[in-house]
Amino acid sequence: MNTETTPATSIRSQQWKEFWFYFSVSKTAVAGLIFLILVILMAIFADVISPHGPAEQFREYAKLPPSWMEGGQAQFFLGTDYAGRDMWSRIIHGSRMSLLAGCVVVVLSLSIGVLLGLIAGYRGGWIETFIMRVMDTIMAVPGLLLALVLVAVLGPGLLNAMIAIAITYTPSFVRLTRASTLTELNRDYVTASRVAGASPTRLMFVSILPNCMAPIIVQGTLSFSTAILDTAALGFLGMGAQAPIPEWGTLIAENRDLILNAPWTVTFPGVAILLAVLAINLVGDGLRDALDPKLKRS
Amino acid sequence: MSEPIIKARNLHKYYEIKDGLLHAPQDLKALSGVSFDLFEGQTLAVVGESGCGKSTLARLLTSIESPTSGYLSVDGIDMADSQDKLMSKKLRQTVQMVFQDPFGSLNPRQKVGDIIQEPLLINTELSATERREKALDIMRLVGLKEEHFHRYPHMFSGGQRQRIAIARALILKPKVVVLDEPVSALDVSIQAQVINLLIELQKELGLAYVFISHDLSVVRHIADDILVMYLGKPVEQGPSKVIFKTPKHPYTQALLSATPSTNVDKNKKRIKLTGELPSPIEPPSGCTFNPRCQHAQKSCKTSEPVMETYGKSQAACLALDEGRI
Amino acid sequence: MALLEIKNLTVDFATATGSLRAVDGINLTIDEGEIVAVVGESGSGKSVGMLAMMGLLPWTSTVTADHMIFDGQDLLNMSDKERRKIIGKDISMIFQEPMTSLNPCFTVGYQITEVLAQHFGGKRRSYNNKAIELLNQVGIPAAQSRLNSYPHQLSGGMCQRVMIAMMIACQPKLLIADEPTTALDVTIQAQILELLIELQKSQGMALVLITHDMAVVAETAERVVVLYAGQQVEQRTVKQLFKEPKHPYSEALLNALPERANDKLLNAIPGVVPGQMDRPQGCLFSPRCEYATSICKEKSPNLNDGILCHFPLGEESLKVESQ
Repeated sequence: MNTETTPATSIRSQQWKEFWFYFSVSKTAVAGLIFLILVILMAIFADVISPHGPAEQFREYAKLPPSWMEGGQAQFFLGTDYAGRDMWSRIIHGSRMSLLAGCVVVVLSLSIGVLLGLIAGYRGGWIETFIMRVMDTIMAVPGLLLALVLVAVLGPGLLNAMIAIAITYTPSFVRLTRASTLTELNRDYVTASRVAGASPTRLMFVSILPNCMAPIIVQGTLSFSTAILDTAALGFLGMGAQAPIPEWGTLIAENRDLILNAPWTVTFPGVAILLAVLAINLVGDGLRDALDPKLKRS
Repeated sequence: MSEPIIKARNLHKYYEIKDGLLHAPQDLKALSGVSFDLFEGQTLAVVGESGCGKSTLARLLTSIESPTSGYLSVDGIDMADSQDKLMSKKLRQTVQMVFQDPFGSLNPRQKVGDIIQEPLLINTELSATERREKALDIMRLVGLKEEHFHRYPHMFSGGQRQRIAIARALILKPKVVVLDEPVSALDVSIQAQVINLLIELQKELGLAYVFISHDLSVVRHIADDILVMYLGKPVEQGPSKVIFKTPKHPYTQALLSATPSTNVDKNKKRIKLTGELPSPIEPPSGCTFNPRCQHAQKSCKTSEPVMETYGKSQAACLALDEGRI
Repeated sequence: MALLEIKNLTVDFATATGSLRAVDGINLTIDEGEIVAVVGESGSGKSVGMLAMMGLLPWTSTVTADHMIFDGQDLLNMSDKERRKIIGKDISMIFQEPMTSLNPCFTVGYQITEVLAQHFGGKRRSYNNKAIELLNQVGIPAAQSRLNSYPHQLSGGMCQRVMIAMMIACQPKLLIADEPTTALDVTIQAQILELLIELQKSQGMALVLITHDMAVVAETAERVVVLYAGQQVEQRTVKQLFKEPKHPYSEALLNALPERANDKLLNAIPGVVPGQMDRPQGCLFSPRCEYATSICKEKSPNLNDGILCHFPLGEESLKVESQ
């Protein structure tokens, strides 16, 4: 029996240590995490590290190839687009847009989805049936199509794109939370709280929800990457962020005509999307393995 | 004689099992006709195997569910009045529960101190400091240390977790504690520690226990009265000493005979029970025990036995009634 | 020659908080047709030891031993492919939770015939009759129709019988039963134990019964090995152990049973089994032992005639220091 006094702070650090042990088993997850941290830093310090402003036009240097190719210049690392704007600066600033899109979408869909899932799982009956059928209906329509329709209704723009995408992601959170809630309802500690007289709100948010978090966190992480992809897709279709906002998808859209003459203007934003999404997915995989209850000694 | 703290008369609990739109709903008779009295400071052991209804009884006693029919009163309060919020609060403070699985009965995301304080937080208006004081007091009483207050359940062993569960059950100062197989999941040496703790607490706080268990050796040690159940029906009840010395019902006898013992010298004649435990949805007709009973006759398949008194205990058996055994 | 000979088996696990020694030098010798019980509480390493022998431990484990020989074959250095030929055929294991040990997606008949086809070759369906025979042998009524049942349609006792049927299908020489009746009701437990003994006798197989229930040991086994915190502390015949335990832990364990209580309070053993972090110096049981002396707390004991203790009970000549 542990007889020494262990302060609460070191218990936390012990939990982090244990989490990191299982997370770091997957080298790809760690690599993904490092890359993700770099992207986040890039987004935070965009103004400092980007060599030029994202909207700064250098008309005389329009459609310049990347610096390592013939005709390129060192000051325009990845070349310039049709209006002479530095690609590298635009991509750096675009990371802000993409990360913002990911965050907003996940926060919206997660909070609404978890709440609906909790209520559906806990109350059961016709409330559950109603919520789940609405979610089924949303899931029946292909995600991007539904988002397009919603944006068409709300009007194009980055914020509306994010709201539309969030709505399409909500059902997965609802299902996940409802399934976990149903399992948790049978646990003895929930019954114990009930015997102590806990109200339904307390039961839902204190007894049940914290124990459902693992799959929700994993889903949230993976939704983050899909949100970036979907935002880019909407941007590409002209329904998301509008020019001159340097969102990665919009960057590809506005340089679409140059795909043969100046392929670097579409390739590099595309590569940025690919790497960011890949990194987040790797982190999500690592998280799922680390949070897997079978590995934990609980 | 003082009033019993729990009075149960002819409790029934049926669940409706819906089997789709095409079949009529079936009745799952979880509990049929349980009656007993429990006095302050006494321990009633409820003994039986899977499907006997002991968990259902626990749920009725802690007002998680209400009986389909029958009378149940706790500390003079009729449970049927428990729909009233004030009444149900008072009931909560009178009857509390300790669960079987020490690993499943504590919320892994809550600190031990919060788990123990939760009943106070819900039911009283005490300040945070007062609640903490009370929680620490109870923890000391059950043998936990102050530094355990800030830890999470997974850092504790099974025995310690059960102590935490006991602390949580006692913090509202109940008069009755329902213990649903509290030591079945524990090792022998820890089992002994926890049983000793329960015995001491009973003496010190004057608690009444409803001790649900399938382990007859533990029951023999701790119980004053025993209620033996089979498939929701009480088959034998009475003082513990009487039942262990002279079990009357064939099921009780088989149960005692099947319990292994470390006395290697004893030449025990084992009563072999054949067959499986029947399902509570489709119980056998007549006496529910008849398919497995060695004394069963034709009448046992058609008529249901009633609890009769034989000496100091009661049993429900047609063979006993007819003087066959 | 002994059927199974394990010498100095040690199992370490790599965990987030360092290395955990789950099994520390246990020795086990089993002859053909013997019933041996391995007794211990949580953390004693009883299951881990047997799983190590079968090669069923996860990647975080390291298994070492002086030797581990089954029927003349070296289990320690065997390739996985060769081990697969033996496991399930010559050595079988049944587990604690019968409801979860069977694959819920396949029928009972499928699972039994699969085992047979795997080890004896040929088409799975050709073993249907043998499967019916096995189900009858383990006492499952209406065996023919049971072949098409799924595990969730059976009770715990029936599932355990099916498990046993699967495991004796290939007529193993050694059957390891890891807490086979702990999850079952008392009357069903009695039936299953009786079945195991009956099969053991009729098939001449050795049986290793892993359990924490001393009473089950008393009624079933011939020899018993007592484990504490991964170490082997005593190995005697059942009669000897229950009459005169030589290790203080065995004695304390028996005394803690409710049926051996003298008055209202039970003879509990104070303290808990040492975990990963607080392994005491010297004898692992010393913090909880009522006979512990200063020697016990400083020096680890060696095996004294099969008893891991500086001062085995009942041997006055070895008691040197004062209490």
